Parts: sequence; C-alpha cells; structure tokens
Amino acid sequence: MAKGVKPRVKAPKKAAAGETVTLKTLISHKMESGQRKNKDGSIIPRSIINRFTCAFNGKTVIDVKMEPAISTNPYFEFEAVVPEAGEFQFTWYDDDGSVYETAKKVAIA
Amino acid sequence: MEFSRRDTLALGLGAAALTVLPFQVNAAADDFISNFTGGADVIEGGEGLTLTAPEIAENGNTVPVAVEAAGATAIMVLAMGNPVPGVATFNFGELAGSQSASTRIRLAGTQDVVAVAKMADGSFVKVGRTVKVTIGGCGG
Repeated sequence: MAKGVKPRVKAPKKAAAGETVTLKTLISHKMESGQRKNKDGSIIPRSIINRFTCAFNGKTVIDVKMEPAISTNPYFEFEAVVPEAGEFQFTWYDDDGSVYETAKKVAIA
Repeated sequence: MEFSRRDTLALGLGAAALTVLPFQVNAAADDFISNFTGGADVIEGGEGLTLTAPEIAENGNTVPVAVEAAGATAIMVLAMGNPVPGVATFNFGELAGSQSASTRIRLAGTQDVVAVAKMADGSFVKVGRTVKVTIGGCGG
C-alpha cells in the first residue's frame, strides 16, 4: 500500500431535499505513471489509483475509471442530487488492491 | 563536414519520417475511442458536449480540465500525445446532479485533448482542444 494516502472531501453538511450540491474530493497519492525512470535507468513500476466512485445511500453518483495521466493527488469536482438525508460514500481503488474510503453525512435543511 | 547532395536528401527523409510519427500515436487513441464507442459513429464537433482546458498550460503535470455534457451517461477524456492516450472515463449514476466533472491531468507536451461523450440516446459526440504545454508532465 502506498504510504500517506489521505482522502479529503468537501461536501455541504445540509441541503434542501432534491437540491444539487457540488462535491470536491482530493486524495493524496503519488500516482506513479509507470513512465518515469529512476537513477539506474530502470522504469519505476506503475502505482496509481485506477477507480474512484461516489454514491449516496448506495445509489451511484459518479464512477470514474482513471488512467496514469491523472495528476498526483487526484482531484475531482462534480455535482450530486441529495434526495433525502443520508450519507455520501467515497471510495478509491488502488492498483495494489488497497481501498480507501471516506463518508460524509448530509442532513436535510 | 560538408554535406553532399546524398547526405542532404537523407536528412530530409529523416525529418519527414519524424513528422509522420505522431500519426502512429493517434492510431492508439483511435483504438481507445472505438473501445469506448463499440465501433459506433462519432459526431465530430460535438453538440452539447463542452471540454474546458487552458490554451496554454505552464506545467504539464497538473492541467485542469473540465467536461460537461447534459444528458450524457459517460464521458471519456483522451490526451492524444501522451505515451498512453487514456486519461479518465466518467460514468454518471442516477444521482448525478449534472453530467459534468473536473479534474487535473498530466500532458507530455503540446497536444490535443479530446473528450468523447456517450449521450442518453446512444449516440457519441467528440470535441477536441489544443493545449500548449511549456513543461511536459511525463518522465523526470
């Protein structure tokens, strides 16, 4: 597992029912592309997060397939509808099989 | 060293070969697109799909890009001049507030960034944008 992976999510704590909210996510990860070489000239093996999903109460908001061309510390901004009170689940899938998860509760204002 | 007529011709041929090389990279990108569309026709120029990218990116390691296509089910982003053309594929679920997303990508050099969207009716649209990159984002 890559070291120092820390997900950060910005989501509103309250929303009106049916409101569209903007979510911003960032996860610290070096996203080694598999193209770079180290000092000896050998290629540093690829190590990236290859998938990111966001769901609200189990219903998918977005599902992103990521390739090595995504920058270090992958950042995503997108919009979601909040139909009821509940929880956003954010999940990142690493090449090495690790899964990073975080969740944010949203109340209905 | 003096250039003979023969040397000059060889140089010219070499230069011509170099300019042809980028087209081979594009062939790989075409494979990516046909994988995504399943071989369906792609409408160029893209009604209803917007791709926002800077005209000039100073640092190819983090280039902000945004895609938006109302009613799309999926949007794929490609960097035509990267060693691997694929960048990301956004699949929108039932609770997506809008079919838009933004992220930061790596670009190896000045090139076209292309977005292909799968619309709700099953058609595909494509838009491209050229981004000038001052410092490339691959290798180090």
